[in-house]
Amino acid sequence: MKLLNHTSKYLLFLLLPILTVWAFLFYYAMLDEIYDSLDDGLENQKIILMQQMLRDASILEHANFDEHIYSFSRISKSTHENFEESYRDTLMFMHNEKEFEPVRIFETAIKHDDEAYYKLKIITSMVEEDDLIESLVYYLLGLYALLVLTILVMNNLILRKIWKPFYTLIGQLGKFRIEKNTFVDIPSSNIEEFSLLNTTISQLINKARSSYTDQKQFIENASHELQTPLAISINKLELFLEHQNLSQEQSKDIVTVLDNLGRLTRMNKSLLLLSKIENKQFEEATKVNFNTLTETIISDFEDFAKHRKVHISIDAKAEIFYQINQDLATILLSNLIKNALIHGNKNEHVLIAIEPNTWSISNKGEQMPLDDTVIFSRFKKASTSKKSTGLGLAISKAIADKYTLNLSYTFTDAHSFTLKFY
Amino acid sequence: MKILIIEDEPQMLENMRETLEKEHYTVESASDFKAGLNKIGAYDYDCILLDIGLPDGNGLELLIELKRQDKADGVIIVSAKNSLDDRIEGLNLGADDYLSKPFHMAELHARVKAVIRRRNFEGSNFIEIGNVIIDPESRSVSIEGQTINLNRKEYDILTYLVSNKTRLVTKTALAEHVWGDYIDQADSFDFIYSQIKNLRKKLEKASISIEAVYGVGYKLDLNA
Repeated sequence: MKLLNHTSKYLLFLLLPILTVWAFLFYYAMLDEIYDSLDDGLENQKIILMQQMLRDASILEHANFDEHIYSFSRISKSTHENFEESYRDTLMFMHNEKEFEPVRIFETAIKHDDEAYYKLKIITSMVEEDDLIESLVYYLLGLYALLVLTILVMNNLILRKIWKPFYTLIGQLGKFRIEKNTFVDIPSSNIEEFSLLNTTISQLINKARSSYTDQKQFIENASHELQTPLAISINKLELFLEHQNLSQEQSKDIVTVLDNLGRLTRMNKSLLLLSKIENKQFEEATKVNFNTLTETIISDFEDFAKHRKVHISIDAKAEIFYQINQDLATILLSNLIKNALIHGNKNEHVLIAIEPNTWSISNKGEQMPLDDTVIFSRFKKASTSKKSTGLGLAISKAIADKYTLNLSYTFTDAHSFTLKFY
Repeated sequence: MKILIIEDEPQMLENMRETLEKEHYTVESASDFKAGLNKIGAYDYDCILLDIGLPDGNGLELLIELKRQDKADGVIIVSAKNSLDDRIEGLNLGADDYLSKPFHMAELHARVKAVIRRRNFEGSNFIEIGNVIIDPESRSVSIEGQTINLNRKEYDILTYLVSNKTRLVTKTALAEHVWGDYIDQADSFDFIYSQIKNLRKKLEKASISIEAVYGVGYKLDLNA
């Protein structure tokens, strides 16, 4: 539920009791006012009747309400003296509505001359309370509906407009990828909460970005720093190996150390390469023919394939040209081909199929699908091969991603890596 | 032959000096930008090994200075950065080659020899070793005047071993030089053996031979 609907929901629940209490207060205040003005009218009527009585005493004959709204009746002097004026409500048959309706009745005592005392009753029609309540309820319901409508419209028009920067920001944050260096345009706002959110987010992004850059830079720097000690160690051992008086065992041991240093160097170079790809250090691109590139790489790997007794064949149904950095394209294909050669079993075929916009390589190898969720992750080795760095496929994936190529792995009866060009 | 090594890492410098002196080069060294600048201003060298990451300046500046003084010294940039930009910039500034750390000693010899050979066009540009003559220009090899046909890899193996004659060249160094950088993850370098075998056959009449050393590498021997 959206925040604005959430607050409106509470508002609507709260409005109901408030309006009800208000209705009661309003009703009684109104009624009080009405009685007040009715009573004033009745009292005024009494004064008018008393003046009329002096001119025409016959009105004193009117003893009931058949024709008039007043009635006179004789009372004794003592009753007159003790009489208390009163306003009462009573019911009277109304001819227009054919039912008993409430009327206001005013009872007072007057003196005509010294010996004649009268009780005067004046009536006036009254507010029909049930009707009043009914219309009051209708009007209140109307008011409530109007308020609800207003609030909803307010929310949807005004509040939506107010919250717009918030949604714009959230939308951008959803698309934010730290490794892609996407730009987040943080809108400025004069609403305190929003500007607090904005500054906090921009601080957060800057912090995350700088630690990400630091980390990337760290890998690159660490790799650089490792090159020199590796170089010194390798060269020292190579010089040592040239000594004539080494035994076979000693030579072999030194070569083992050299091989491992070589492995360390390759791993280091691969990490460096990954950082460089991610740091966008290969901007130069040319139109590369993937068919000829494939053939060149295969001729480089020919001896290796022969040694492993794996046969490579190319089935080219199309020619692929793509705008890419030449070195990266070579690394991309080399890693995939090398991978197929290393994992292919003896006397097997590695097939490279080139179709329009698709380059794929497949090898039989172990008849077990690999976990395609981690296959392109760093240091996920499928094999026990001691010279594999576990970075080859990660590098290929990084290169493919950089050039928006789709590199995917599938397994049916063979392991297959497919590059899709768009 | 005079070689100048400009390198700030003392042990790196020592290794390069030791291996080059074995080849009877006269080796001088400078361990910072200033010393390097003084040396290149005062003397001429056949080859300068230039580390571009010096503590007090960029080695590329030395290269610019060298070209400004119109010196013809051969320059090989040695860098731990292996950055494509540096490589392109260095070569554009007139460096002859670019070697990224770490490298094999055998590779250093091959590069230095190639640079020196290219710089010394006067006289014969052929490499003569025993009764074998190699013409780097046309990439052809002949034994006692008889041309032998070598494929690219056989030729590369031969010249690499010749550049490092009488030294042990490890299989790794050989594989990386001949088969390229991308072969590196191959789980064994034994595959180079078939090319060696073919090359040996073609060199039967030559006074040089390729010797396997303990299964760790190969060495070119002059049978004399």
